[in-house]
Amino acid sequence: MASGTVTSSEYISHHLTNLTFGNHPVEGWKLAESAGEAAAMGFWAINVDTMLWSVGLGVFFLWFFGKVAKAATAGVPGNTQNFIETIIEFVDDNVRSIFHYKNPVIAPLSLTIFVWVFLMNLMDLVPVDWLPYIAGQMGIHFMKVVPTTDVNATGGMALSVFALIVYYSIKQKGVSGFMKELSFQPLPKIFMPFNLFLEIVGLLAKPVSLALRLFGNMYAGEMIFILIALLPFWIQWLLAVPWAIFHILIITLQAFIFMVLTIVYLAMAHDDH
Amino acid sequence: MNINLTIIGQAIAFFIFVVFCMKYVWPPITGALAERKKKIAEGLDAADRATRDLHLAQEKATANLRESKLEAAAIIEQANKRASQIIDEAKEQARAEADRVKAAAQAEIEQDVNRAKEALRAQVATLVVAGAEKILETSIDEKAHAQLLNKLATEL
Repeated sequence: MASGTVTSSEYISHHLTNLTFGNHPVEGWKLAESAGEAAAMGFWAINVDTMLWSVGLGVFFLWFFGKVAKAATAGVPGNTQNFIETIIEFVDDNVRSIFHYKNPVIAPLSLTIFVWVFLMNLMDLVPVDWLPYIAGQMGIHFMKVVPTTDVNATGGMALSVFALIVYYSIKQKGVSGFMKELSFQPLPKIFMPFNLFLEIVGLLAKPVSLALRLFGNMYAGEMIFILIALLPFWIQWLLAVPWAIFHILIITLQAFIFMVLTIVYLAMAHDDH
Repeated sequence: MNINLTIIGQAIAFFIFVVFCMKYVWPPITGALAERKKKIAEGLDAADRATRDLHLAQEKATANLRESKLEAAAIIEQANKRASQIIDEAKEQARAEADRVKAAAQAEIEQDVNRAKEALRAQVATLVVAGAEKILETSIDEKAHAQLLNKLATEL
């Protein structure tokens, strides 16, 4: 839906710019009016749209699941309870098959990741122009509705998972055990510096790969939708429909991968080598 | 893709969501699931037990039936025996009664015969005398021949 007044590249960059609120070095605290201004705000800025949509979807997830959980009965389950139970059993099965330690955090953590990421990804299937257009009518210049296309969102989750990896590694093995694990393998002890370098890179690669895999997939998917939206309106469905159907698989798969990798990483953190 | 404060905000939101999920979402549903699993297991158990009970009851019923049949057969046999016994007794009684009646009749007949004999004996003398008178055309002194006639009567 490229209107006459904006060029294709303007349209694309507009759709890929977050609504950023921060301290501009020249103009002070304000909503960024361009990608350049947002970049100039540096670290101390916040993507309002990402936060709003992700928190909104998270609250929706917890409200919905919490409502069902409160009314959960051991008798004959209703349709919603059945649906929720299916998801919970799916997550529980995955956790049980991968994670063999006793830890009450892992399963709810996995459920939260799976459903939350799935819901955030799901926003990708909303036609790309609808919500930004509505926001535009309300005077909000930028509106990126898919939080997982913002590296901050995926990074935030990956960072939390990384914190948990470090926390459980130290809790299970102690600081010295964790350090030993980082220094004395995979090669014999004399190669300690090399081992340490290798293991730390490996450790840091976990959150980075988590964050970038999800971000990259969703960003690319969103980009394709935007490109399809640049086509004449009467041909768009020909590409948008197959891509959307394919995307149903992608968004579920990405949520699943993020969850499974989290479980795997935390299981590894519990493993004593 | 600028890294900014959002990354921290997301981490905080994530943390809160996980804690909420841990407290209010996960335990009730898994609890309900576990409870239902238990219920189903109990139900299946009860069904098993019921089947076993039914089997036992059927066996018992069959045994009872067999026993009753045996008992009934014994009773019938006993009854038959008793019946034949009664019949035998009745026959015996009837025979005895018949004998008695026959004996009585015979006695009566004998008595009648004797009486007739007596009567005949009483009259025979007169008849003989009358006959002899006819033959001899004379009267016979009954007194004179009384001894002879009595002798004749006794011989009859």
